[in-house]
Amino acid sequence: MAEGTRLENANPLIYQRSGERQLTAEDEDEDFVDPIDDREIFDLIRSINDPEHPLSLEELNVVEQMRVHVNDNESTVSVEFTPTIPHCSMATLIGLSIKVKLLRSLPDRFKIDVHISPGTHASEQAVNKQLADKERVAAALENTHLLEVVNQCLSARV
Amino acid sequence: MKDCLKLLTRFSAHPDSRCWFVAWNPKGTLLASCGGDRAVRVWGREGDSWVCKSVLSEGHQRTVRKVAWSPCGNYLASASFDATTCIWKKQQDTFECVTTLEGHENEVKCVAWAPSGNLLATCSRDKSVWVWEVDEEDEYECVSVVNSHTQDVKHVIWHPNQELLASCSYDNTVKIYKEDDDDWICLDTLEGHESTVWSVDFDKTGQRLASCSDDKTVKIWREYLPGNEQGVVCKGSDPCWKSICTLSGFHTRTIYDISWCHLTNVLATACGDDAIRVFEEDATSDPHQPIFRLMAHVPKAHSQDVNCVAWNPKEGGLLASCSDDGDIGLWQYEPQN
Repeated sequence: MAEGTRLENANPLIYQRSGERQLTAEDEDEDFVDPIDDREIFDLIRSINDPEHPLSLEELNVVEQMRVHVNDNESTVSVEFTPTIPHCSMATLIGLSIKVKLLRSLPDRFKIDVHISPGTHASEQAVNKQLADKERVAAALENTHLLEVVNQCLSARV
Repeated sequence: MKDCLKLLTRFSAHPDSRCWFVAWNPKGTLLASCGGDRAVRVWGREGDSWVCKSVLSEGHQRTVRKVAWSPCGNYLASASFDATTCIWKKQQDTFECVTTLEGHENEVKCVAWAPSGNLLATCSRDKSVWVWEVDEEDEYECVSVVNSHTQDVKHVIWHPNQELLASCSYDNTVKIYKEDDDDWICLDTLEGHESTVWSVDFDKTGQRLASCSDDKTVKIWREYLPGNEQGVVCKGSDPCWKSICTLSGFHTRTIYDISWCHLTNVLATACGDDAIRVFEEDATSDPHQPIFRLMAHVPKAHSQDVNCVAWNPKEGGLLASCSDDGDIGLWQYEPQN
């Protein structure tokens, strides 16, 4: 994002990407009622671009399938993400990108909670509060510049 | 239990968008709504149905967060994320934008008219509360900028019969203001909520205030004057406010709005769990430690978050609600006793 300036985390650990979802006979069956599961949610967010590195959130271990919880019956989704460093100034932007991706992809009935993995960021509470405030999220998404940055994180890499 | 709050009608008010807020005019005959589509709509009853009487769409560049009617019912104010507040003058069924109030640094979150109609308050993401004076020529002048909150100010409301103002904020507090030497000052800070306070409402007397929060609780506060019999300590000659009741365990997500009916004394809440709830005070309980009972709970009142509830000022028990699903719901509350 900020070319020419120093990177906050110059040498992040890079993790391996998971394989594609294994399709089962039930997945192919159109009549089978198939609730949304953790893996589906994870597949929606794992390829989101990091704002700083040409890497995905999965490759930086910012998101993991085991920290995604969906309850289709109750229409709730909870995603915990782990900033690569405890003082990462991009934490709110990363959380916002995850939230926007899920808001755009899931049916309106879902309540989407995105928060920082406990104990992994210096401003954890402040970032969580901001991400949970739908009025501020709505206002942020009316800001053309910010929306552009979010869309960049969400766009498929070439 | 849910049978005592009955749905009368539901209609799409801001299609493909959020409906953020609804407000009744003082006669209770018109309902104004606003939303993410940048429009304000005014609804009126025709027979058994509610129809859109006017659309006010030219005033704002961004989301209209809240609307408020003047006490005379001839003006409507709209607060917008575009950092302005528009004043609309009613002429028959049409509305004309007569003034745009500018000054806030960013999103205006709420606007409220004082009971006299001579004062208007606005609050903003920029942490300030502004008090405006209105003269006979419809000129608005900012008389005070109060920077008492440390965060985003979510809501402002005037006392029903005194020139006292209340606001609540992302900084978890409620504040009460009064005029002092041509300026407005904070006379009390109400601390107790553990997260954002989204809304506050006075009861009919103005001696009590209800607040609702992201901490999933409702608190009832009571005004105590200096020298009160209960021994509540006040600073100087100003009244102070004390929490006398907390309603916890009833709401499962953020409570976005609360409305205290001035005709029936019942409380309604709008919650992020899609439900509307109604509470009644136990008339036999101690007024300094009141007990409120849950009388109605409509779990799927809307298909998404409920953003606002508003009791009709003239028809007891008529409640309007609106939601992220873009709909307005109208409900009738029938006490069971």
